[in-house]
Amino acid sequence: MSKYLTLLILSVGMVFVSACGDSRIHSHGVYMLVDTSGTYDQEMNKASKIINYLLATLNPGDSLAVAKVETRSFTEKDIIAKVTFDKRPSQATSQKRAFKTSIEAFTKGIKGSAYTDITGGLIQGAEYLNETKAGIKTIVVFSDMQEELGKGTIRNFPIKLNGIRIVALNVTKLGADNADPRRYLDRLARWEASVRKAGATEWVVVNDLDNNLESILITR
Amino acid sequence: MTTWNSWLFWPNNVAFSVLTLAVLAMLFLYAARKPMHGVIHSVCELLSQSTRFIARWLFLCADNLRLRNQSVLLAQGQESAATVIDREFERVGNMIRKDMQEFPALQRKMMEETTRIEDDYRKCGEVPPPPPEWVSALESVAQIKSGGDIPRKLLEDINKSIQKIHDKTVAEFRRSYEERHKILKAMQPSWRSVEKMIGEMEKKMLTLQTNAKQIDGHMGKLEGIRAKDNKTEHALTVSAFVQLAISSLVMVIAMGGAFINYKLIALPMSEMVGASDYITNNLKASDVAALVIILMEASMGLFLLESLRITQLFPRIASMDDRMRHRLMVASLTFLIILAAIESSLALMRDMLIADKASLMRDLAAAAPPVSDGLLTSIPMIGQMVMGFVLPFALAFVAIPLENVVYSLRTVIGVVLVQTMRGIGFVLRFAALLFKRLPKVLELAYDVTIVIPLMIERWVIGMRADSTADSTGGKELAKSVRAA
Repeated sequence: MSKYLTLLILSVGMVFVSACGDSRIHSHGVYMLVDTSGTYDQEMNKASKIINYLLATLNPGDSLAVAKVETRSFTEKDIIAKVTFDKRPSQATSQKRAFKTSIEAFTKGIKGSAYTDITGGLIQGAEYLNETKAGIKTIVVFSDMQEELGKGTIRNFPIKLNGIRIVALNVTKLGADNADPRRYLDRLARWEASVRKAGATEWVVVNDLDNNLESILITR
Repeated sequence: MTTWNSWLFWPNNVAFSVLTLAVLAMLFLYAARKPMHGVIHSVCELLSQSTRFIARWLFLCADNLRLRNQSVLLAQGQESAATVIDREFERVGNMIRKDMQEFPALQRKMMEETTRIEDDYRKCGEVPPPPPEWVSALESVAQIKSGGDIPRKLLEDINKSIQKIHDKTVAEFRRSYEERHKILKAMQPSWRSVEKMIGEMEKKMLTLQTNAKQIDGHMGKLEGIRAKDNKTEHALTVSAFVQLAISSLVMVIAMGGAFINYKLIALPMSEMVGASDYITNNLKASDVAALVIILMEASMGLFLLESLRITQLFPRIASMDDRMRHRLMVASLTFLIILAAIESSLALMRDMLIADKASLMRDLAAAAPPVSDGLLTSIPMIGQMVMGFVLPFALAFVAIPLENVVYSLRTVIGVVLVQTMRGIGFVLRFAALLFKRLPKVLELAYDVTIVIPLMIERWVIGMRADSTADSTGGKELAKSVRAA
């Protein structure tokens, strides 16, 4: 009898031990790209609201990074703030406060960039998210999705976004889009095809920032 | 369609093909009639026998289980009744011991009171007035024959003396009565005291009598159990059902308390074990830790009640010597207090965490902080802390209904199992009966499909019988003609 009891305890213990090891699987990693190009830098207030929403929604153990989309965005220098929240809720709250402060400082001194390298930002975001080993990875692109690459910037190669959700936020219509809506629709379709080809699990476009913010984060 | 066509001999002439097929089938079925009847009989017999066998086995098992349940139930009832009687005897013993201790003093007091009353009674005995000696003197004076002033003077003197003595005697008599009345008045408290003592004794005797009646009732129950009385068994079974229902209700209420308790400590536990650690896909480590704390509190409560001998789930604790039991009681109570204190502090931490998160949310939403009324806002916090401290102790008492559930559940499950087995047994016996009658029905149904060959068979047999009868009749006629 005691033999069976010991076996039972051991097996239950092994199940618990094996299950406890992968806590990161349940965590959420979010990398937010903020377009700061000339046509888009007026939208920073909205970007701040989105960041605040993310701060309010993410839980202890989750990771968040906010980076700007510059002329060439594949660099860590473009990351404005990044944090992996502590497992303890009180510490996580303090980290969120500090994060908010750094974002506020950034929004005050923002400078518009000449070009918009979204693809570079996506590659950088994927790199960051893969490092976090988060269970759910999301890249939020706060941009009009009009990519303009500077001279010498090469982005026409296949990229890897395996297991990452891509959420395009506040994709505003440009002046030319109004004249010919096909341009806007083609742009979105092109991006969707491009990220799906790169291995992204999901492509979501959210333009109603007042009512549809829940779509940014997948529910656990 | 192709399959159907493949069965037709002449696909162009479906009706004729079907008819041919039917005739062939009929012929085959007619030829296979006897073996088919045999198969039907054998299969139904087999099924009938098997179901009857299983039904019998189930009834036998149900009877065995019922006997086992009965023995367990009666043993439990006997133990319970014996415990109750034991406690009643202990109570009566205590009462008698206490009262008997008081009895010598009471008796002495009553004797003293009685002696005092007796003395007083003696004292207040009526003292008769002294006999009137002057009556004889008066008679002597009356016998003096010579008249004159002497007798008159003498009588006047006597009268005066008598009057004087009479006044004195009356005064003495009155004083004596007054004294006796005083004594009688002084006797009143003694009487009252005696009356009170008798009243007390009567009350105690009445309590003893009530206890004796209760013991009689329990003894009757115990006798019924010993005699394996059906009525007692039924009463015990019903009692088990009632106990289970009541205990389950209390357990549900306790589970509600435990849930509130869990809600109080789940969030702050994430501060200790981490909010992002998961044990399984949906089970957070902090939730499990909170649950473990609650279960530990319940366990400590269980040990506390066990060591207090309120419950008897662990015979080893019940059989411990008093010193060890006392130590266990102190240890479990200490752990319970520590856990309650931890829970109280966790409740405080929960309030702080929620306040911190609310403050962050306000910052993120750029909203103004709410106007706080110090006393009013701290009421929920104090309430949570008090609840956090009190709930573990309340949860400790769950051991009592738990014990009842454990003991009564065995009886209830046993009864349900017996009834289920009997129900299945009945269904199987009914099925056996059906299988016994089924071959006849199936045979008839089989014969319906080959009704034409059967009719021909009957006609042929009839023809043969007739020809046989005719030939027999002809022979008999020839014999009779020959004889004539």
